[in-house]
Amino acid sequence: MPEIILDADAFQNAIDKISREIFNDNQNIKNLAIVGIQNKGVFLAKRVLRKIIKLAPGNEISFGTLDITMHRDDLNNFHSNIHDIKDTVIPFDMSCKNIILIDDVLYTGRTVRAALDVLMDFGRPKSIQLAVLIDRGFRELPIEAKYIGVKYQSKGFIKVECKEVDGMDKVTVVDLE
Amino acid sequence: MRVQIKNIRIIDPSQAKDLIGDIFIEDGKIVSKPLGSPDKIIDGKLKIAVPGLIDVHAHLRVPGNEGKETIYTGTHSAAKGGITTVFCMPNTNPVVDNAPTVEFILLKAQKEGLINVFPIGCATKGSQGVELSEIGVLKKAGIIAVSDDGKPISNAQIMRRTLEYTKMFKLPVISHSEDKELSKNGVMNEGENSTILGLKGIPKQAEEVMVSRDIMLAELTGGHLHIAHVSTAGSVDLIRQAKNKGIKVTAETCPHYFTLTDDIVKIYDANTKMNPPLREQKDIDAIKQGLADGIIDCIATDHAPHTDEEKNVEFDLAPFGIIGFETMLSLVLNELVDKGVLSLSDAIAKMTFNPARIFGLKGRGALKDESIADITIIDPKYFYEFKKENIVSKSKNSPFIGRKFKGGAVMTIVAGAVVWQA
Amino acid sequence: MSLNRKDLLGIEHLDEKDLQIVLDSVKPFKSLFTRSVKKAPTLIGKTVVTLFYEPSTRTRTSFEIAAKRLSADIVNVAINTSSVVKGENLIDTGKTLEAMKADYIIIRHYLAGAPDILARNLNASVINAGDGFHEHPTQGLLDLYTIYEKKKKIKGLKILLVGDILHSRVAKSNIWALTKMGAEVSVAGPPTLIPAGIENLGVKVYYELDEAVKEADIINILRIQLERQQENLFPSVREYVELYQLTKERLAMAKSGVLIMHPGPMNRGIEISSDVADSSNALINEQVTNGIAVRMAILYLLRPKRKNAGSN
Repeated sequence: MPEIILDADAFQNAIDKISREIFNDNQNIKNLAIVGIQNKGVFLAKRVLRKIIKLAPGNEISFGTLDITMHRDDLNNFHSNIHDIKDTVIPFDMSCKNIILIDDVLYTGRTVRAALDVLMDFGRPKSIQLAVLIDRGFRELPIEAKYIGVKYQSKGFIKVECKEVDGMDKVTVVDLE
Repeated sequence: MRVQIKNIRIIDPSQAKDLIGDIFIEDGKIVSKPLGSPDKIIDGKLKIAVPGLIDVHAHLRVPGNEGKETIYTGTHSAAKGGITTVFCMPNTNPVVDNAPTVEFILLKAQKEGLINVFPIGCATKGSQGVELSEIGVLKKAGIIAVSDDGKPISNAQIMRRTLEYTKMFKLPVISHSEDKELSKNGVMNEGENSTILGLKGIPKQAEEVMVSRDIMLAELTGGHLHIAHVSTAGSVDLIRQAKNKGIKVTAETCPHYFTLTDDIVKIYDANTKMNPPLREQKDIDAIKQGLADGIIDCIATDHAPHTDEEKNVEFDLAPFGIIGFETMLSLVLNELVDKGVLSLSDAIAKMTFNPARIFGLKGRGALKDESIADITIIDPKYFYEFKKENIVSKSKNSPFIGRKFKGGAVMTIVAGAVVWQA
Repeated sequence: MSLNRKDLLGIEHLDEKDLQIVLDSVKPFKSLFTRSVKKAPTLIGKTVVTLFYEPSTRTRTSFEIAAKRLSADIVNVAINTSSVVKGENLIDTGKTLEAMKADYIIIRHYLAGAPDILARNLNASVINAGDGFHEHPTQGLLDLYTIYEKKKKIKGLKILLVGDILHSRVAKSNIWALTKMGAEVSVAGPPTLIPAGIENLGVKVYYELDEAVKEADIINILRIQLERQQENLFPSVREYVELYQLTKERLAMAKSGVLIMHPGPMNRGIEISSDVADSSNALINEQVTNGIAVRMAILYLLRPKRKNAGSN
């Protein structure tokens, strides 16, 4: 049986916590931009966006999505899966933005590394901050998140389900053994 | 040397014979009663003895193209296929338009050949289609027929003269019927498949136009026309009409033309490239009907060896032709006899009695008293896969590699001597 | 999602699902073009070789840009056709390139089937960039994508190909792609330039262009090679222009929103009049832009067979 790390309530609480921290740290809402990493990061980013707008009503916050497939560092291995490439849409000028990059799980750091490269291809943002729902540990690159929903050190496979696509909010760990 | 083949099913189409019995061979000839006890006894139980197969159309490549085939490798390959007599086409280098070349081939055959070899001479000098070759001299040297094979005589007047002139020697004129303008640059059958593959097509009419012309010229001259490798339904019809009119025309086809369609060209494998090209199912059906009706008299191989280096190139650049000695008999058995197109006896006749009769081969193609003891022994239950590594021919260009067969030659006897055994 | 194959030899071998995968994959690559950095590291460290036995600027450049935008190293090899006959054979050339660790070989050849022969002898991915009169699959795919981008669907569209169908690998690849996706394809040209058995591919044949243009949603005009005249396939350029040039007048007989395509290079004033080529109906420049994105997608979707010692 998979072990539940976050149930629906804990899931939403984690998002609310991240959103509040982002709001507290970034008083200049005008310069804030939220970018979700495809696939689950985009749904999380949209929720964070809604929550921050609630905290700062009347503000417009820039929003983008980003797919890292073309920037993966494991494409070299031709036996790896060929991934669907999803939309990368950055519909704003990056140069004066403090970007909040959002993903579901932080593990080796390689996805974030690729995402940073993609962002840089669009211009030179003022700053980039990282927010994740789960920090799973076992980093392989010197990358850390500023905003973390929960820390859960695990070698198992972390499965994130969110209600937009899976019908419910839930995070479970599936032992690979 | 006295040989006795015991308890064998003997099929001899020349005398409509099909019975189980013994064959006696005395000094290379078949005799009805042995004069003494045999030196060698061959057990023929569950096997079939037929007259040695005669292949009226092959390329042995000697002289000049020994990289593709030699008399040694070619005749061994033929013997493995149960063939005891082969006619070789004159498109060698130099071509067979002179007596010394005929003599050279015959000498080579005597020295290193395993079976009987009869050269075919050029109809015209250098196979250029301009001047008649010295057919009388060639005949004396030993040719069995004349042909310019792959370089068909395009000038109707020259073809007329060839058919006329050969009458006095009773030599058939073998026509590779192809209008070279209609087939120009073509590499496969023209149709849906050539369109899909983007390869230049050869319309069936490229063959039929010439079959038709040559039949008319045979009618005009009374010469003996033999149509080589019939590949289309239209040709079968034309020959049928000609025979009905009493025109002196005979015809052959090859196993691939009643077995394969141009669907097999699909992966651009040059081992499916030959001239005429593989056609369509309706042509296969018509050829089978033509064989059944006796419109097509002979089955020949058109054995055309080419090296892997020549064949393993872009389809357009590869030469035409496939090897055929080692698969003819099995294809005839599986595609014609097993499928009910021909009786075993009628099928054998097309590779023995009919060729001997058409080309005037004395003492061959039959198992009668005093016949030369050329005998092919068939095992109808011989199951095998035709594998590239087992090919005896010097060249391996066959589209049948990997095909599984039931029935084939297990022993080949030429003039009473066992020359090959499975 | 993958084409699950090593090579792209022809659209004949793809099915509707594969074609949809290609269509769905193009957009992210095309969106790269709008970034300030138009490049992604997708194929970094990979070697792409273009092996061209026939002159081509357009297709080769398009592949070259596609490979470069994916950060591959690209090497262009042009073979002088006159040296082929006496020189190295195709398979050896391919093996030489593979020994130099080419991961992709993009081949253009004047003979049909050359890419097939290469593909079955090599581990590298072989992409057919046009072989004889056989296929030009990336052109077929970029035409398909260009139509899809405009019309948002393929099924049920009526597409007319005009000109030398017999010698056109572009026509062949278009016919396969479009019919597999459910379009109604027709061709128009003189009977001498319509290949045998084309109807069996589900194509309607017209000899009269005036008649053919009426129903079409898209008209794709093929380049006429002037040397066909010497082969007696049509009597003169003048007559060809008279019968088959797509002119403003003929365009007026078609549906009002009809779209015009041409694989290029165009013979203005021969198969297409300048005013039609430059009209708002023409998608010719979009075809060129999409060509790069489609070729990027193909490079991404194919899998060379290579055991990589360096990476896991």
